[in-house]
Amino acid sequence: MKVVYTDSLVIGGGLAGLRVAIASKKRGMETIVLSLIPAKRSHSAAAQGGMQASLGASIKGEGDNEDVHFGDTVKGSDWGCDQDVARMFVNTAPKAIRELATWGVPWSRIRPGDREVVVNAEKVTITEKEEAEGLITARDFGGTKKWRTCFTADGTGHTMLYAMDNKAIELDIPVHERKEVISLIHEGDQCYGAVVRDLVTGELIAYVAKATTIATGGYGRIYAVSTNAVICEGMGAAIALETGKAPLGNMEAVQFHPTAIVPVGILTTEGCRGDGGVLRDIDGYRFMPDYEPDKKELASRDVVSRRMTEHMRKGKGVPSPYGDHLWLDITILGKAHIEKNLREVKEICEYFLGIDPVTDWIPVRPTQHYSMGGVRTKPNGESPGLKGLFSVGEGACWDMHGFNRLGGNSVAETAVSGMIVGEYVADHCEQTDISIPTSLVKGFLNREQKNIDTLFARESGENVYELRDAMQTIMMDKVGIFRDGAHLQEAVDELKALLKRCDNIVVRDKAPSSNPELVNALRVPRMIKLALTVACGALARTESRGAHSREDYPERNDRDWLKRTLSYWKNENDELPTLEYEDLDIMKMEMPPGFRGYGNDNTIHHPDTERRLAEVEQITASMPNADRHEIQEALLKYDLPEKLKGKNERVGVGYK
Amino acid sequence: MSDKIQIQANGNGPGRKLKFNILRYNPQLAGDKPRMVTYEVEEAAGMTIFIALNEIREKQEPSLQFDFVCRAGICGSCGMVINGRPDLACRTLTAKFPSGEITLLPLPAFELIGDLSVNTGKFMRAMSERIGSWIHSSDADNRDLTILEERMDPDLADEIYELDRCVECGCCISACGTKRMRDEFLGAVGFMHVARFHMDSRDHRSDDDWYEVIGDDDGVFGCMTLLGCEDNCPKDLPHQTQIAFLRRSMVKVA
Ligand SMILES: Cc1cc2nc3c(=O)[nH]c(=O)nc-3n(C[C@H](O)[C@H](O)[C@H](O)COP(=O)(O)OP(=O)(O)OC[C@H]3O[C@@H](n4cnc5c(N)ncnc54)[C@H](O)[C@@H]3O)c2cc1C
Ligand code: SF4
Ligand code: SF4
Ligand code: FES
Repeated sequence: MKVVYTDSLVIGGGLAGLRVAIASKKRGMETIVLSLIPAKRSHSAAAQGGMQASLGASIKGEGDNEDVHFGDTVKGSDWGCDQDVARMFVNTAPKAIRELATWGVPWSRIRPGDREVVVNAEKVTITEKEEAEGLITARDFGGTKKWRTCFTADGTGHTMLYAMDNKAIELDIPVHERKEVISLIHEGDQCYGAVVRDLVTGELIAYVAKATTIATGGYGRIYAVSTNAVICEGMGAAIALETGKAPLGNMEAVQFHPTAIVPVGILTTEGCRGDGGVLRDIDGYRFMPDYEPDKKELASRDVVSRRMTEHMRKGKGVPSPYGDHLWLDITILGKAHIEKNLREVKEICEYFLGIDPVTDWIPVRPTQHYSMGGVRTKPNGESPGLKGLFSVGEGACWDMHGFNRLGGNSVAETAVSGMIVGEYVADHCEQTDISIPTSLVKGFLNREQKNIDTLFARESGENVYELRDAMQTIMMDKVGIFRDGAHLQEAVDELKALLKRCDNIVVRDKAPSSNPELVNALRVPRMIKLALTVACGALARTESRGAHSREDYPERNDRDWLKRTLSYWKNENDELPTLEYEDLDIMKMEMPPGFRGYGNDNTIHHPDTERRLAEVEQITASMPNADRHEIQEALLKYDLPEKLKGKNERVGVGYK
Repeated sequence: MSDKIQIQANGNGPGRKLKFNILRYNPQLAGDKPRMVTYEVEEAAGMTIFIALNEIREKQEPSLQFDFVCRAGICGSCGMVINGRPDLACRTLTAKFPSGEITLLPLPAFELIGDLSVNTGKFMRAMSERIGSWIHSSDADNRDLTILEERMDPDLADEIYELDRCVECGCCISACGTKRMRDEFLGAVGFMHVARFHMDSRDHRSDDDWYEVIGDDDGVFGCMTLLGCEDNCPKDLPHQTQIAFLRRSMVKVA
């Protein structure tokens, strides 16, 4: 029996996991990162467009601050987010980006003077201030009031991840690569670490730790077409689910990005539209202004994706052998801009489509992109169901995104939540001593070994790839952008049947060491369980909120549904998840529910909304001489680790 | 303006039979020996080597090993030797090969994990530790994060990004004649990172410090400037210019 002991065990070497590891290591904790792949290859590297932080240095960001960022984030979430967490986030984002600047990210910087930009398909000249010279600049992104998305050309995730991993290397943090966590070790209400399968040797290893952090990214690959990397299979969420104790939050909240290329689903960044690109239909007509006259192509992602789908349903899509698509036109931005600021996009178009976006339109359509749901945590990042289990990044439902995350807010979340939760993880390690009987560890190892032995012993049965493909197709066809009760019920029934068939998977290749088929045989049943949490959550939620859009229940229903879905898999033999709900308390909100500003306002309001609105107004009115920080504090109190509490300086306004 | 999807950029027409000759060898299996095995795949429109290899694995040979993560030419996982040249397999269209015959070998110069999978991760971590691929500055950890960030020349930031685009795929290492002869030779990916940090105003290392890192035959003086690196770097990084620059800087120190 091989057992590795450590203080802080971090599952996942993407931006979020590495930042937690850095925090706990800096606090003197022995720290190990586990990853399927070398850390620098994590999916974080694929983020192109940028990171939101309200630095307000660029002229188009003037007047930006935490409050504006908070407002955009809450609205973007369709009031589904946790407002204390959104506050923790907006206050820390400027610090996170400045930290990354010292660690080496070559953020694009401000050149003072005139520069030409494209706004609403027209070239306009803006003038950057002299005093902002050399500070971090920002571009426009969907659903934001200010230009707030900081970037390095369109390789933002890459430069962030390289800086982060290099910092981890400097701190001598070991990353155990090609290791797959396949279950959590837990007893009672305590998590003790994880069982890991070495993907090269096939060996099972137990990692025992004071704190275990799941930072395994999203679950996009339960869908047939996704912008996500092929390893984004949601295993972190799945192993938490399988404990029966740690709930997953809002699994039905799945984002579709408007512009992935057809047919392969590789993303072209929102920066394309942020920088001035437009969407066109079969007639070459720019249709978004008809639907969203105000924000047009830069409405929130969920809105643009739905509008595109609506437009294609009207017969305005461009037919292709792979189904209809629309065009993304960035030709107006010109060669120089595209080759400098959108060069990954250019490379992708050249290699995968054989076109040049400087002169050609790009075939795109909405594609699965981001998982708002994940391992539910408290604001300190800890699971409400298991002590010592933490989660951060896309794999978590810390819940600053609610039902729709804004572009640029995700890599920001990874760095920010990593900083914050990392401190709480270190606190936990300092305060905890664990002693764990070897029999417990052995029990978990044996269970996994038995599972593998059973798979190897079976001589005939189900092909794992067929099961996976069937699941992905169900999710795509029946749990996609537009949803309705009948199709969701079909999806649930079909997924349930698939899960049953998983009891009979055959592994043709019997090699005990590296064995891709076995890896899939272990993952696919878990992915189907996740798919069931998504489909069941979507079926139960009889309203439309953010990315969850029910054609049979088109209104946002705060009265009955201002709550977060919690999914549990209570018993190993259950066929379906158990859903529970957690209310969002309007009376504690700094920003009570309102109209998001897209389409018609058909919200069914909660009775508390008016009460809280009046209360907020009264509190604000009672403090005529207070500044925005004092008013904020009076409306909503939130906690942060001491070292992250300070106000943020901005050029021209100081700490105001 | 285009009026059709042009993924079928080849003219071979779909349905062509492709022949993949793949080096098979699993060092984990006692008694296994390296051998070439041929698999046939029917070409589909827009097919990449990523798609073809998955099809082989799912339908014909479940034990076949290879590495893909982003499948979009971004993460650097999928370097392999494709008809004699190291390249990223995920963004290589099968249509590129008129003969329909594609030979795949694992990248040489790296530890073999199995079949087409090699341990670039271990290599790159060691390279990073060797050159200290992080900002060396007392400021990096002590700066007050509430104050304005340190200003930076916008041109310099852009120039650093140009060199920071390396995806650590290892193609340059596999294409390097010197690396094949000298095991300890740092190689082009290392030089590119050195050049990147050398250029960065936030990094306080002097040329003397850098000389300690690359000022010998395992460093920049060992390079024979045959430029296998430049010719095979999928990110088109400016190896020739940067190696020449580093060499000049190091000569000055010497
Ligand atoms: C194409 C694309 C572009 C994007 N662009 C932007 C953008 O411009 N701005 C923005 O804000 N967001 C963007 N996003 C979203 C953002 O990139 C991700 O949400 C974020 O990077 C996720 O980071 P993470 O650290 O949570 O997870 P990841 O970076 O996905 O890392 C997950 C880690 O977990 C490990 N892992 C997974 N399962 C296991 C297991 N079972 N055992 C051990 N290890 C495991 C993996 O090896 C990996 O190291 C983009 C996403 C995509 C798909
Ligand atoms: S320098 Fe080029 S070839 Fe070498 S590892 Fe980096 S990207 Fe790959
Ligand atoms: S130029 Fe130098 S580093 Fe590049 S391939 Fe030749 S010997 Fe190797
Ligand atoms: S799989 Fe990421 S570069 Fe090929």
